[in-house]
Amino acid sequence: MKQWMLICLLVGFGQVAAQEIPIAFTGATLLPISGTPIEQGVLVVQQGKILAIGKASAVRIPLNAQRVDLSGKTLMPGLIDTHSHVGEAAGADGSAALQPDVRVLDALNVLSPSLTRARAGGITTVNVMPGSGHLLSGQTAYLKLRKGKTIQELLLCKDLLNEVCGGMKMANGTNPMRDNGTFPGTRARSAAMARQLFLKAQHYQRKVQDAAGDASKMPDRDLQMEALVQVLEGKRTVHFHTHRADDILTAIRIGQEFGFKPVLQHVSEGWKVAKEIAASGFPASVIVIDSPGGKLEAMEMRLETGATLVKEGVLMGYHTDDYITDSRLFLRSAALGVRAGLGREKALESLTLAGAKMLGLDHRIGTLEVGKDADFIVLSGDPMSVYTRIEQTWIEGQMVFDLSNPEDRKFANGAYGVLVGDVVHTHHDGEDDDHR
Amino acid sequence: MTTAKTIYYFISFLKQSLMSNFFTLCLAVLSFPASLMAQTYALKADVVHTAAGPSISNGLILVKEGKIEWVGPVKEKTIPKGYKIYSAKVITPGLIDGHSVVGLAGALNQPHDQDQLETSGSALAPELSALDAYNPREVLVEYLRMMGVTTIHTGHGPGALISGQTLVAKTAGSNVQEAVIDAAAMLAITLGAGINSGFKTPGTRSKAIALLRQELLKAQTYLRKMEQAELSKRPERDLRMEALAQLLRGEMKALITVDRAHDIQAAIRLAKEFNLKLVLDSVSEAYLVIDEIKSSGAEVILHPTMKRAAGESENLTFETAKILNEADIPFSLQSGFEGYVPKTRVVLFEAGVAAAYGLPFEKALAAITIHPARILGLDQRIGSLEAGKDADVVLFDGDPFEYTTHVCIVFVNGKVVSENCR
Repeated sequence: MKQWMLICLLVGFGQVAAQEIPIAFTGATLLPISGTPIEQGVLVVQQGKILAIGKASAVRIPLNAQRVDLSGKTLMPGLIDTHSHVGEAAGADGSAALQPDVRVLDALNVLSPSLTRARAGGITTVNVMPGSGHLLSGQTAYLKLRKGKTIQELLLCKDLLNEVCGGMKMANGTNPMRDNGTFPGTRARSAAMARQLFLKAQHYQRKVQDAAGDASKMPDRDLQMEALVQVLEGKRTVHFHTHRADDILTAIRIGQEFGFKPVLQHVSEGWKVAKEIAASGFPASVIVIDSPGGKLEAMEMRLETGATLVKEGVLMGYHTDDYITDSRLFLRSAALGVRAGLGREKALESLTLAGAKMLGLDHRIGTLEVGKDADFIVLSGDPMSVYTRIEQTWIEGQMVFDLSNPEDRKFANGAYGVLVGDVVHTHHDGEDDDHR
Repeated sequence: MTTAKTIYYFISFLKQSLMSNFFTLCLAVLSFPASLMAQTYALKADVVHTAAGPSISNGLILVKEGKIEWVGPVKEKTIPKGYKIYSAKVITPGLIDGHSVVGLAGALNQPHDQDQLETSGSALAPELSALDAYNPREVLVEYLRMMGVTTIHTGHGPGALISGQTLVAKTAGSNVQEAVIDAAAMLAITLGAGINSGFKTPGTRSKAIALLRQELLKAQTYLRKMEQAELSKRPERDLRMEALAQLLRGEMKALITVDRAHDIQAAIRLAKEFNLKLVLDSVSEAYLVIDEIKSSGAEVILHPTMKRAAGESENLTFETAKILNEADIPFSLQSGFEGYVPKTRVVLFEAGVAAAYGLPFEKALAAITIHPARILGLDQRIGSLEAGKDADVVLFDGDPFEYTTHVCIVFVNGKVVSENCR
């Protein structure tokens, strides 16, 4: 016992927000994702990590633990949204169709109510992306939705100059086509422009390799090239907005040509080329919209896409594309996937572990396993039911949303003045930078 | 059904079945011709929500010649010979979308299929008739039908001071005459900042009200002159004035789209001054002026529950339906207007989320069945499961509002129009 406390004191020392005293959550049905549901399970968290999880009979609750009774509730990992626009961040501007130097983290408002809305939706980790009005609109940011005031407090990396802190957003199809000399006017031009830039990046990469650490032989630093080399080296994941079946195959082709593994984003017609996507080995992050159409590429969008991709063996997750769909209704996307044939287990995985894998973060998040981050949500019932409410959201052992708190409740349910200014106002006339 | 239509349904069914298993396909192919021929049906369900009284456990609905013949507990009736039997977990009336632009706004979202707003001329366009633009073959109409929506109130969208005359249509019927059940239901009016900025005027809220009042005063004069006994003294026919005259006479209701609390009050003021039959539409901030709405006697068609909180509707909440219900204000839900994706919402989903945020189940169902029927003045014909009404019926395999439940069979006017379990 004394040892426990000593360790707590030592580890916790100096970390203001660190959670020193273990918390034991009892009585809930635990959905660990990594295993079968545990009725009346126990989850112990400490120092932001999962210390223990299992049946009540199998988990020894530390004597000093604070106990939280969650009888009748359901507890599952925090949701991972692989494609969101919370924080009102814009990436690239109208000066070029490909802008890999632009970082969304330099534009993201972490105090935006949209982040609070996402917390109310049980989202704990999010990939915030710039828009799809460019062939390449910039670097995305992987965030934990911790209650911080600075982007550094939310980023999943510690050193944003020397670490890769997000992915890279690319797009094909109609959104980036503006036919104005700077931007492409056709699909073939779109692909050619992207390929040409990656050839340039390969050339830059060779120069760096040839320098073999000799500073005098290194090429001049180039922010665009540096970011693309990270893509070529597999350190930065491309998130490729693509709807139509032929566009999906083009994205796959570009990934294969340059040896990177994109996450195929939206994939509205993924059901048509599920086998081809499976054969590529690339994962797919799917959007669920209430009706087909609204844009030409989404005319044949189907709820069945998720189920079809999973059946063919594709790593499939869902995303909100907030504000296209509301972060507070993220569970709904997977539930509608179930409506169209997706298995319940896969549906829960699609909101958690699948996303963690796509972001390369499955060693830290996505399941309830000992040693992983204590990111989880407490639900009033079955996650796939319309009647279920998200009651609590926890990130690294800290509660960041509590439905019983009147202030938080305003964000969950809506109220006068709380969400004002939390969305990018969009005009989808083909000229703006805000195509999602 | 015509041969062409049969083939059309069959092809669309095949499209839907791409991912279903072979068994389902065979089953559907076998049952399809039978469902086309049968004119009489017996629909059984564990629970029948009639929207006309308490739910019926182990309920039965008999359908004959397009109408509901009988409704009650299955034990109280012997199913007559020759009636084709369908069984389901839950049966509800055909769903009614209280306000939509589908059929004028198409899924492609390209200029040639977007007829919901005329911006080339005046912001006051009461002479525009949705009847002249409605496309009953629009794929979104077909989609809504598959999701259990059997009637839509649709027309020109928000965005002009007066954007046009709305209509009510069944979601089945291959031409406009066949589909439409009320050709001129309401006059669509928008107040507040939602008026398209392309119009020269109005540019402010005050100007909008001034323009409307002046136009209605003109219409009063026109109406007075038109009601003169002596034909020669009557003015020449004027489509704009005729539409406004119908509004003044209460033959059309004033469907005023407003979100801000002060705009809601402006709408109430306007309706009072000209004695208009007011239907408040969208009303994102209704919860701020609930007493004013109640005492105005206005009917309400609330915004889609999942509408995005932005612009004029930035203050909407998931709980407004609950709040209206608690204030005892009957209201309808709607799919509303969307400029991007999703191009249409589905009232079944919107009612489900309203139910999840505190609206009792029966009230949520009423908000997409009997309440819109009453607001549309068509409750003698649609909106509930009662003998003599149109046989618009939806069969579900579970709680209609659950995400994982399917809309299995949809009847419009006593005919099966969808049996895909979606």
